[in-house]
Amino acid sequence: MREAPSAQATPRGRLNLGYGLHRHLEAALDSLSALLESPLSTLMTAAVLGIALALPAGLHMVLGDLQRLTGDWQASAGISLFLELGATPAQAQGLQAELQQDERFSEVRLTAPRQALDEFRDSSGFAEALGLLQSNPLPFVLAVTPSPQQREPALMDALVAELKAHPAVELAQFDLRWLQRFHAMTEVAERVVRVLALLLSIGVLLVVGNTIRLEIQGRRDEIEVCKLVGATNGFIRRPFLYIGAWYGVLGGLLAWLLVSLSLWQLAGPVRRLAGLYHSEFRLGGTGFVTFGLLLAGGALLGLLGAWLAVGRHLDRLEPDRIR
Amino acid sequence: MIRFEHVTKGYPDGFEALQDLSFEIGQGEMVFVTGHSGAGKTTLLRLIGLIETCTRGEVQVGGHNLARIERNQLPYFRRKVGMVFQDHRLLGDRTVFDNVALPLVVVGAGHKEVGRRVRAALDKVDLLKKEKLFPVALSAGEQQRVGIARAIVTRPPVLLADEPTGNLDPDLSVEIMRLFREFNQVGATTVVASHDWGLISRMGRRILVLRGGRLMGDGIAGGDVG
Repeated sequence: MREAPSAQATPRGRLNLGYGLHRHLEAALDSLSALLESPLSTLMTAAVLGIALALPAGLHMVLGDLQRLTGDWQASAGISLFLELGATPAQAQGLQAELQQDERFSEVRLTAPRQALDEFRDSSGFAEALGLLQSNPLPFVLAVTPSPQQREPALMDALVAELKAHPAVELAQFDLRWLQRFHAMTEVAERVVRVLALLLSIGVLLVVGNTIRLEIQGRRDEIEVCKLVGATNGFIRRPFLYIGAWYGVLGGLLAWLLVSLSLWQLAGPVRRLAGLYHSEFRLGGTGFVTFGLLLAGGALLGLLGAWLAVGRHLDRLEPDRIR
Repeated sequence: MIRFEHVTKGYPDGFEALQDLSFEIGQGEMVFVTGHSGAGKTTLLRLIGLIETCTRGEVQVGGHNLARIERNQLPYFRRKVGMVFQDHRLLGDRTVFDNVALPLVVVGAGHKEVGRRVRAALDKVDLLKKEKLFPVALSAGEQQRVGIARAIVTRPPVLLADEPTGNLDPDLSVEIMRLFREFNQVGATTVVASHDWGLISRMGRRILVLRGGRLMGDGIAGGDVG
């Protein structure tokens, strides 16, 4: 055009950031109120997203709790060294001192046979039977706690083997091997949860994408007219991106509710089960971080899904292609 | 302002809507395009508004060769061309005010400016009192006037109208044409397509006559227009 470009025709630049922000806020609120105009269908879509997000999030949290628990147990897991029956107190104390020097062990506790017998008598209820014994059948026992660096299963096995080879040691026992296996299993489960999370995230993208596609189809006329009066693709894209993001946020919110409710439902039975094992284990609640992550993750997935859908469909809505 | 040089618009099926069309429209000129339906009036307007591009020849608007306008520059070009459609293309779920405001909202105009300019445009088409109504509550003539208000609200240098009186009775048609003439008088280069010969021949403006996609006549009615 020969005319000097007017302010409104300036592609970019003159619009300062504050004003742009204001317009974004407006678009975001417009999109939200548009969604709330049809609450039922919005809720249904959000519920699908919520379930898809809640499943991996909930499983992840429970697994995390279990791993923390087994980790705690492992931290306190020691190796019991049963010395030869004939070992003298001096020999036992010597070995204790020797192991205490070794920096691979953080603690070495010695239990004398006498003491062990007393403890056993008190706790087992075999007091009378034990009184018949002519001599104390129990050996010296050293409870060895490996230092944190030694807790890798392979190192632990090497350590047990080494201790077992010691001439004064009759038996070296590492009782919590099953815990290691359990821990390994939870790691496998963690992988499964990750794969599940990935698949369900793709599901979220597809659901949002499809919803946005329908939304675009429903607003064809509007898009066309906007393009005819000079709307940029960015302008046309914006409300759909916000709709996607809002769906994600609502889905995240519902997911948080679902996870919270489920954990709350599980809390009682888990506490009773843990109580049977004399454990203080509790399922962690859904904290602020989980809440934030679910919301942000949902928003991000929604945004991405909308972006993909809008990118695919906007070009098809050029006025010259609709004839 | 608008220049066609040997413009042909063909479609993949072989149909040629316009054939070897050459003419020029000066800045601030008002021109009618007429001919039977299928003569190529709409296509001609669509080429000027860059809704379509020609297959041969060159279309220039405001000194720009339209073939050279990149896709991402398209919106900025369209903002300088106001378009009025026969079916007016109003958005049914928005009020008269919001419909007219659309071209301003699209360019990110501020609230105050939008209000001021929308009311000015509505005042010109005499619909100021109906800004809160939805299009469905308006008569056909009123709807068309809303469409016109939307096309002029940004005061574009070029104004295009495709059969703006197609659905209107003669009195309303005259009124609409007078509106276009008013906008033209304040400087907009105006191109109006209409098959209503009786109406446009009385306007005393230049008329392009199309037949089968070819330019068959170019002159002021009452003269030697064929």
